[in-house]
Formats: sequence, structure tokens, C-alpha cells
Amino acid sequence: MPAVEVYSIHKSFKKVQALRDVSFFVKQGELYGFIGPDGAGKTTLFRILNTLLVPNKGNAVVLGLDVVKDYKQIRPKLGYMPGRFSLYHDLSVQENLEFFASVFGASISENYELVAPIYSQLEPFKNRYAGKLSGGMKQKLALSCALIHKPELLLLDEPTTGVDAVSRKEFWEMLGKLKQKGITIIVSTPYMDEAKLCDRVALIQDGSIMQIDTPANVVKSYDRKILGIKSSQTYRLLKVLKQYEWMHSVHPFGEYIHFTEKREQPDVQALQSFLVNQGIGDVIIKEIEPNIEDSFMALMKEEAAHE
Amino acid sequence: MSSFRGFIVKEFKQIYRDTRTLVVLFGMPIIMLVLFGFAIRNEVDNVKIAVLDLSKDEVTREIIGKISASPSFELNGYLNTYDEVRDVFKAGEIKEIVVFGPGFGKKLTRNGTADVQIITDATNPNLANLVQAYTSNILRDYISEKANQLQISRLGIAPEVRMIYNPALKSVNLFVPGIIAVILMLVSALMTSISITREKEMGNMEILLVSPLKPIHIILGKVLPYLVLSIVNVLVILILARFIFDVPFKGSYLFFLLEAGLFIMTALSLGVLISSSANNQQTAMMISLAGLLLPTVLLSGFIFPVGSMPVALQFISHVVPAKWFLIIVRDIMLKGSDIFLLWKETLILMATTMVLIAASLKKFKVRLQ
Repeated sequence: MPAVEVYSIHKSFKKVQALRDVSFFVKQGELYGFIGPDGAGKTTLFRILNTLLVPNKGNAVVLGLDVVKDYKQIRPKLGYMPGRFSLYHDLSVQENLEFFASVFGASISENYELVAPIYSQLEPFKNRYAGKLSGGMKQKLALSCALIHKPELLLLDEPTTGVDAVSRKEFWEMLGKLKQKGITIIVSTPYMDEAKLCDRVALIQDGSIMQIDTPANVVKSYDRKILGIKSSQTYRLLKVLKQYEWMHSVHPFGEYIHFTEKREQPDVQALQSFLVNQGIGDVIIKEIEPNIEDSFMALMKEEAAHE
Repeated sequence: MSSFRGFIVKEFKQIYRDTRTLVVLFGMPIIMLVLFGFAIRNEVDNVKIAVLDLSKDEVTREIIGKISASPSFELNGYLNTYDEVRDVFKAGEIKEIVVFGPGFGKKLTRNGTADVQIITDATNPNLANLVQAYTSNILRDYISEKANQLQISRLGIAPEVRMIYNPALKSVNLFVPGIIAVILMLVSALMTSISITREKEMGNMEILLVSPLKPIHIILGKVLPYLVLSIVNVLVILILARFIFDVPFKGSYLFFLLEAGLFIMTALSLGVLISSSANNQQTAMMISLAGLLLPTVLLSGFIFPVGSMPVALQFISHVVPAKWFLIIVRDIMLKGSDIFLLWKETLILMATTMVLIAASLKKFKVRLQ
């Protein structure tokens, strides 16, 4: 039995259509990621899965239970971390954890083992008010709180937004450990680099899913050759590249600009001389492996072209 | 059940740690009592007045003597002509001028009537009204006395006025019940609605809804701490009123506490109802202040008597729960009334509360939409 099955869900609010025809399923014990920009519909989808919203059309089955009819049975089995979850700032670290444990009818001692790898890092500050924690520590505490009742399914809505890079890395390491314990995890993120840490990802944009696959396959399905181009005059380079006749896409990506050509086989020589002619002499061009962001950008562009 | 207990413990901790709010909650009734008890008063003391005596006979001298002997007035001078009246009022210190017409005493003894004019400075209408009424009383007293002396029955009608239940007309007696109503609205309705909407605003309501806590548990958990706070507040006001302001308490304390409990329930359910339609603390506060506190202060009869309001407003005042509560509390405290006299008001309050509780339970959503 899959942990989550979703069949062509539609959800619209007064003026916005938040989700259109969304279907997917999540296997038991899978770490499943939703990747998409802000406003793509990730939060709405999570709120349907956790029974807080009712879809307009379609149905969803979570842990074998219908999200509309059996919401009461589903709720205690979920660990949910909302995007803007901010804990109780005027309660201490320990009190927050105790509160969420007691509300879900559990106690810290009985499930301590599960949260120990995360919570042990917070224990030195257990008497500090949650409002005085750093962003990364808040997220760890929030994760501990979502886990303390030993849920079967963990729903994490953008858990790492606004958290520093080191804490993000640690956070994902913890998700990996939880996955080993057999907990199914569905996580959403706007950060492409986190996608490759999931078992499977769904790329979501404007309320519909564009692609579902393993991170490796998502990248593989990207059929164009990508050139990484670097110059000291990044801005000028960007402008000049956009005027190139064979240009297909241009995205700045760290120190390199990711560039694709309309032709199957890009002509590096021709591009180089074009750039030199345009007055950019110090270019470095190399072929690079595509990443998820490249696929995502390409998919977004295709979608836009279809419309 | 243990999840509910955990929730209550958390609520009390949060309230207890929010020292600023606590200071306001407990400081407010004290400040209000002091304000209404000492500063905002309807009685008048030592109002400066002047006299324009165009008659200067024995009768006017006697009346003037009586007026200046009253603790309410301080005779500050005599005018010589009518033209001075305007200038005296402009100077601002004198609030009232009593004018006796020429031949006042002679006319009074002969005809039974005489001309006296009371001119007041109505820049402060309340004060002007009071001063005028006080003076008229003194005049009336004197005339009826005089009528007895002279064995004349033609001296007009002299009504005998007696104020019962609050013979000294102490305004604090009137205000204490109003203050209790306002404070209960503030603590119960305003604080509850803010506390619930805060959970929504912080995003924690999502977790609470997803948790095994039943909606009724969430509501009760939010309401219970403020119930306790409200009761403590009522007791504080009562003790202050009783021992510092000597406000009488003729009725049964138990009956009073039961009625106060009922009104607290009304206010709490209003708070829950507000929080289910407001999505952030600011909206909840605005609705509570404009929709609850203002009617409680202005339309309940706390400050302005309901009877002297325009008919439309009188009609609205019927749905202001504080109006009924005020009637109940004033009657218990000042008249010693019991349930047999106050059953109608109690029933109205009870019905309102039932409707509000039902509505707030129905409106409280188990989902986000």
C-alpha cells in the first residue's frame, strides 16, 4: 500500500486556481520532494494532505484513509511542520517539546530515541525561550516537535526556507536518518540543490506537476548539452549571449552562466569568436553536467511555450 | 485528556509570562476605580457662585445665607448691575449667578411668588445642570419653610424629594457595576479573541487542528485561564469598592458571583466568536474594541442612562449584554435584590449566552476553510 495516493486533485480559492489536476503517489518509507517556486501550490497541496483543506475535485488517500471522510483518524498519524511554523516563542525549548508531545498524547521519554539525534543538539539550550533561538535551531526544534509523537508520515512544508546553508545541510542529514527508520517523508522546497537528496521529486509550477522522477532521471531527461560560460564582465556577457542567433536559454548560475543552443550539437568555436567579436575576450567555455535547476528551467520554459 | 491538560498548562504559562499584559489586566480595574471614584464625579463641591441682589431685603439675605452655607457652593462676590453678568462669566471663575428681582421679599410674602433667576455657565453642561438643580433645591426648601412659618398655603407646589438606595448620590456606587462589566468584557472577550487569533497568526493553529485535540478542547483551553483571571478581577474590584470607596453591598455575594459567572460566559463566547471570524490579532482587537467595548461603555447605561437615549439606540441597547448585567449588579449591590426580582434579566443573559456558545462552537472550524 502506498503511503499517499493522490488522484487528479483540483483546488481553487476565490480567484486563484491553486492546484490543477495533480496526481501522484508516495511509497512507504520514501523521501519525496516537491520542488517549485513560491506560489506553485505546494502549501495548498500539503494542507490537503494533512486534511486542513478539502479539494474541489479529485481525491486523496493518506495512509490508506480518505483525507475528507477519515480526517480524524489521519490527523494523529501525521507529523506536520507548516511553512511559517514559529513554535511558541514564550515557551522554552523543552516546554515546546513537552507541549507538542502532550498534545499528541505522547511523552518525551517514550519517543526520545527518535528525536535524540536532533534534539541532543538543542539540549544545551533547553531552558532558552524558543524565540531566542537561531533560525536553524528553530527548525530543528520544530522538526523535533513534529516527530515527538512518532508519526507514520512526516509532512514538511519548506522546512529550510530562510535557514543558513550549514543548518540546511544538517537538516537534510537528519531527514536521511529518519528515512532509515522507515518514516515516509514528504518535503517541499524552493531550493533546487536539495532536490537531489530526495528519492523522487515532483517538479511543480503554477498548480500542476510538470515531471515526477528520481533526481538522476530528471537530469538525464534533460537532452541538451549545457555550456558553462564565465567572464569577468558577467552582466555584459549575459546581454551579449541573449543576442546570439543560436541562443536557446541563458541562466546565470553561480560564477558560470548556463547556456544552451538551439542546435543539437553546440559549436563552441563559433560561440567563442562571436563573444570575442562582441568585446568579451576573457571567456572560459566548458561543457557541464546539467543539474535539476537546468531541467526545471527548461520545463518551465516549455510549459510557458505551450500556453 | 492528558493532551487537554498539557494545553491548559501551556496557556497558563504563556499568560503568566506575559507580564506586560498582566499588569494592564490587573492595573486597569484599579485605575478605573480610582478615576471614577475620585476624579470623575457627578457631585459638586465648592462651586464658585455670585449673587446679584436687586432687592436686598431680609428674605434674600436669608436665602443667600443658606446657599453659601451649603458645602456645594462658595459665595464669591456680589454684582451690582445686570450688565456685569456677562463679564463675570467671561472671567470664567464663577459658574453660577443667582439674581433676585427687586422687592423679592415683599412680593413673596404678599403674592406667594417672586422673581428669582439662576444663570449658569453651561460650557460644562453636566456641571451647569447639577449646580442649577442644587440651587433650586435650596430655594424650594427655604420657600416651603417660609410657607409654614407664615401659614400661607399659596406658595406654590413644593415637592418633597428623597433619594433612596444611593442617598448621597455617590457616583462611584453607580460606576462600580459598570467597571465590572467593562473589565469582564476586556479580559474575557478581548483577551480570549486575541489569544486565539495569535495562534492563527503564528501558524500554530494548523498544528493544533491537526493534533488529536478536539475543537472543544482548544476553545476550553483558551477560555479557562481567562475565566480564572476574570473572577480574580471581579473580586479585586469588589474588595476595592467595598473597603476603599465604601460602596454598599446589600445583596447576596453568592448570587452576585453566579451572575458574574454568567456574564463572564457571555463575554468568553463573544471572544471565541470574534476569533473565528478574525484572522489576525489586530482585526480581533478592532472588532472587540469597536463591537464590544464601546457599546458596553456607551449603550449599557454605564455612563449615560438608557432611558434618555434616542429610541433607535435604546433598541440597540437591548442586545448589549452589559445592559442586563448592569441592571442585575446595581440591583444586587444597592437594593439587595435576589433572583425572584431579577429572573427576567438573568434569563435574557442566559439565553444570549446559549446562543453565543452555540454559534461559536458551530463557527469554529476543524479545517482552514
